[in-house]
Amino acid sequence: MSVLGNFNYVIAITLSMIGLYVLIERGNLIKKLVGLNVFQSSVFLLYISMGKIDGGTPPIHYEGIAPFSNPLPHVLILTAIVVGVATLSVGLALVIRIRDAYGTIEEDEIQALDAESGGTE
Amino acid sequence: MIFSNLAALQVVVPLIGAPLCTLFGRGILAWALSTAVTWFAFAVSISLLMQVLCCGTINYVMGGWLAPWGIEYRVDHLSALVLLLITGVASAVMPFAYQSVAREIPREKHRLFYTAYLLTFTGLLGMVITGDAFNAFVFMEISSLSAYVLIALGKNRRALYASFQYLVLGTIGATFFVIGVGLLYMITGTLNMVDLSERLSGQHDSRVFLAAVGFLVVGLSLKLALFPLHLWLPNSYAYAPSVVTVLLAATGTKVAVYLLLRFIFTVLQVNQQPDLLPVVDLLFPLALIGMFAGSIVAIYQTDVKRLLAYSSIAQMGYILLGISMASERGLIGAIVHVFNHGVMKAGLFVAVGAIAVHAGGTSIQNLAGLGRRMPFTMAAFTICALSLIGIPGTVGFVSKWYLVLAALEAGTTRGFIAAIAVVSASLLAIIYVWRVVEVAYFANPSDGEASVAEASWQTQFSLWIFSSSCVAFGLSTGLTAGVARLAAQTLLGIAP
Repeated sequence: MSVLGNFNYVIAITLSMIGLYVLIERGNLIKKLVGLNVFQSSVFLLYISMGKIDGGTPPIHYEGIAPFSNPLPHVLILTAIVVGVATLSVGLALVIRIRDAYGTIEEDEIQALDAESGGTE
Repeated sequence: MIFSNLAALQVVVPLIGAPLCTLFGRGILAWALSTAVTWFAFAVSISLLMQVLCCGTINYVMGGWLAPWGIEYRVDHLSALVLLLITGVASAVMPFAYQSVAREIPREKHRLFYTAYLLTFTGLLGMVITGDAFNAFVFMEISSLSAYVLIALGKNRRALYASFQYLVLGTIGATFFVIGVGLLYMITGTLNMVDLSERLSGQHDSRVFLAAVGFLVVGLSLKLALFPLHLWLPNSYAYAPSVVTVLLAATGTKVAVYLLLRFIFTVLQVNQQPDLLPVVDLLFPLALIGMFAGSIVAIYQTDVKRLLAYSSIAQMGYILLGISMASERGLIGAIVHVFNHGVMKAGLFVAVGAIAVHAGGTSIQNLAGLGRRMPFTMAAFTICALSLIGIPGTVGFVSKWYLVLAALEAGTTRGFIAAIAVVSASLLAIIYVWRVVEVAYFANPSDGEASVAEASWQTQFSLWIFSSSCVAFGLSTGLTAGVARLAAQTLLGIAP
C-alpha cells in the first residue's frame, strides 16, 4: 500500500500542484493556461482512478464477468474533459484578443500598460 | 402535461432559445426571442414557487431514470425563491438591454451576445434546480464560460484582461468544487444530494470527507467572492457591458451562495453535526472582514461601477454572516438578503448603465448635476441606494433587521460583535452612497454636458421595476421573508 499502492493518487496530487504552481508563478498568459489545463487534467486522473477496481474488467455486461470497473466516474470525466477543452479554447481566444489590444501577453506588461493609462479609462 | 414538466421547462427552454438566437436572431429578433424566453422562464418560476408553497418539494425525474441513479431536479422553497430572483432580474432587465446593447455591442455581434446571455441564464437556473452534485458543476461551467465571453465584450480593453482573470480564478473554483464532489463520491458512491447526506452520516471522521468539505467550501467561496477570494470581481463588474453587470451582480454570486447553503446544510447537515461547526465558524471572521474591507475600499473609488462592485463584496459579507450563525433567524436573514441584494444591485447597475449612455461615463464627476438632468433615473438610483444602506421601508432594512435579531438572539459575544458590525458597516455604506448622491444633486455640472437627456422609457421601465420592488418588498415582507423562513426551516431540518 502506502505510496506505491496509491500511485495514481500521488501522481494526481503532484500534477495538480505543478499545474497550480505554473498558474501562479508564470506571467505569460499562455503558460498560465497550460498550468490551468494540467491542474484540470490531474482531476481527471483522480476521478478515473477511483472508478478502477483491482482485477476489474472493462464495464461491458457479459455473463460470467464478475468484478468490473465502475463506469460512472469515467463518463463524468468525459463531460469534464469537454468542459476543460471549452475553457481552454475560451482562454486562448481571450489571449488572442488581449494580444491585439495590448500588444503583449505578459501579465506584468499588461498591468504596467493599464497603470500608465491611469484612472478607469 | 405542461404543469408536470415545469421543472424541466425552466432549464430546457432557455437552453433551446440560445442556439435559436444564433440561427435566426437577425436584427431585433435576437432581442425579441431572448425577451420571450426570459419572460416565459419568469412565468415558470412563479408557478413553480406556487406549486412548492401549496404542495411541498417538487421532485422531477429526468428522462424517467429514478434518483439516485438518474439526475433529479429538485425544487424546494430555497430553490424556488432563487429561481424567482434569477428569472425576475433576467427578464426585467430586457427592456433596458434593448437600448444598452445597441449602444455597447457592435451590431453584427448582437445575436451572439444574446446567445451567451441565454446560456449564462440557463447555467444559473440549472445550478439552482438540479439535485445532482456533478450536474451542478456542469451548469456552473455553462454559466461561467458564457459569462467570460460576455465580460470580454466590454468596450474597454481592460474587459479582456478582467475576463481572463475571472476565467482563471473561476476555473480554479469550479475545479476545487469538482474535486470535492469526487471525494464525496469516493466515500459514498452517489452524486444525488439527498442521497449523499444520508450516506455521509457516520463518515465524519474520515480524512477524505474532511478534504472534500475543504475543497467544496473553498471552491464555492471563490465563486461567490468571499473576502480574500474576491479579486476577480471588481474588474469584471466594472468593465463588462452594463446588461452583463446587472445579470452577474444580481444573480451570479447569489447562485454560488445557494450552492454553499445546499452543501453546508442539506448535504453536510452542519447544524446537526457539532464536529462540523468549524466550517461555518470559519466563515464568521471572513464575513466580518469582507463587510468592512469592501465598504472601506468602496468609499475611495472614483468610478461608480467599481464602487458598487466593492459594495457587492461587502454585502456578500452580510449574507455569509447570516450563514455563519447557522440559526433559523440567521439563515432567514441570509436568504432574504440574497434576494433583496439581487433586486437592489440590479436597480443600481441599470441606473449606472443609463448614466453611462446619457452622461458619457460612470466616473463620479460624470454624475455632477444629474439630479436635475435625469431626475427619474437618479430618483430610482437613490431609492435603491437607500435600500443598500438599509433605511426602514426598503428591502435592505428587512434583511439587516433579521441579521441583527439573529445576532442578538445568539446571546454570545460573537453575536454581539456581529450585531455591532452590521450596524457600523451600514454607516460606512451611508458614506459611499452619500458621495454619489451628493454629487448628483448638489454639485454643479461641468460645462458641455447641458445636453444630457433623460433615459429612454424602456430603461425607465426596467429601472422602476427594480426600485419599486425595493420598496414593495421592504414594506410587505410576506413573500420574501415568508418563503425564506420556510426555506431556512427545510435547510435546518426543522419541521415547519
